Amino acid sequence: MSWEWDVIIEHYPRLLQGALLTLELVLLSGFIGLMLAIPLALMRVSHRPWLKAIPFSYIFFFRGTPLLIQIFLVYYGASQFEFIKNSALWPILREPYWCAIITFALHTAAYIAEILRGAIQSIPKGEIEAARALGMSYPLMLRRIILPRAFGIMMPAYGNEVILMLKGSALASTITLLDLTGMARTIIARTYTPLEVFLTAGVIYLIISAVIIYLFKYFEKRFNRHQHWTNEKPEGLDPQH
Amino acid sequence: MELQGFGHLLISGAWITLQLAICSLFVGLIFGMLGATAKLSSSKIAQTLGNGYTLFVRGMPELLLVLTIYFGSSAVLMAIASLFGYDEYIELSPFIAGVTALSIAFGAYATEVFRGAIQEIPKGQREAAIALGMSRFQTFRRITLPQVWRLALPGLGNLFLVLLKDTALVSVIGLNELMRQTAVAVSNTKEPFTFYFAAAIMYLLMTSISMAGLYLLERHSNRGYQGARS
Repeated sequence: MSWEWDVIIEHYPRLLQGALLTLELVLLSGFIGLMLAIPLALMRVSHRPWLKAIPFSYIFFFRGTPLLIQIFLVYYGASQFEFIKNSALWPILREPYWCAIITFALHTAAYIAEILRGAIQSIPKGEIEAARALGMSYPLMLRRIILPRAFGIMMPAYGNEVILMLKGSALASTITLLDLTGMARTIIARTYTPLEVFLTAGVIYLIISAVIIYLFKYFEKRFNRHQHWTNEKPEGLDPQH
Repeated sequence: MELQGFGHLLISGAWITLQLAICSLFVGLIFGMLGATAKLSSSKIAQTLGNGYTLFVRGMPELLLVLTIYFGSSAVLMAIASLFGYDEYIELSPFIAGVTALSIAFGAYATEVFRGAIQEIPKGQREAAIALGMSRFQTFRRITLPQVWRLALPGLGNLFLVLLKDTALVSVIGLNELMRQTAVAVSNTKEPFTFYFAAAIMYLLMTSISMAGLYLLERHSNRGYQGARS
């Protein structure tokens, strides 16, 4: 077996190009997923049984089936229905790029909703009661107390979910997208050097996850900065001394 | 739902999926145990190996791992075989490659679960065992291992559910499991939504049954900790 560095050196710019698409998929679908997850989680913590049932079945389906099947359901499944083909949505659902974004967003929303629900439920009860005692309305309480606190609590788990989504985004290559994995597969189809190219792609994934972990450590500090704030008194102000 | 006689095909695929998941679970548990032993050992080399294993495998997409093992193994195996003077073409079957890849991925996460579980057992118990004259291996077998099972079960259960869903990735290298059989049915009937949805229901069924089984197992393993019964 010979290890060919030349192949790596020659093709790594194309791999980086694929990595760019991977990042784009993760960021865009992650953002849409987060936006979807907030109402889902809020419905999930509601006390009304009929309102709870909707996010419950949504989360049950998306967490209980493989991502691969979800992406095929959207990409291949949509073409089965004439009314979708005739609708204004078809130009979007025909594109593998948008199918990947939609599927990843729906998929990650289910996981984020579950994380967010846990975070909302672990906010100390006293803080909610205090907000209520101050006469805050529900939307105001949501904006000022519940969501900021929940984001701080959920950051570590959310960081893990983003990394899982980064790894899941490799499935975009199964619907012809040239993301990092897809690019690696096309290069290998021409050069027949699977180990070199796949392992280089693996290292690039590793670097991206390292950056994500670092970023989330920063976010975690930022959202929880009230816990790290040290109450240092400025010196020379106290007349007693 | 009208499956046009392809129901048997899907069920035969689901059977292969289950076999794949169970085989990978057993091999993966062995990898996880080895990984945890390496990470907790006092040898620096073993620690580095363990850390490198979990870092690299957990940072790499499972799909990439499946592809690397399937397409990369030929080159490695043939290089090893040629050392012994065997020069024919060697290729792993998709099933073996799938089990290898999935169990490596499962093992990396299981390493962390086992490590956490072993560290959670109070140190005093190990010291007491050593004070009673047990060797390190006896302590591990009689004191640590029986308790690790209980502590690791919730984490391992989640990992098994992830593993069950990851088996779908092995369809990419051509194993006739549920996902691939579904694709065969789709190409014959031109009804992608119906069949992928049917397959999704079958996956849901499998994960639900596993979840119920895990709940029973957890209850069984915690039976000593449920407080006084009336």
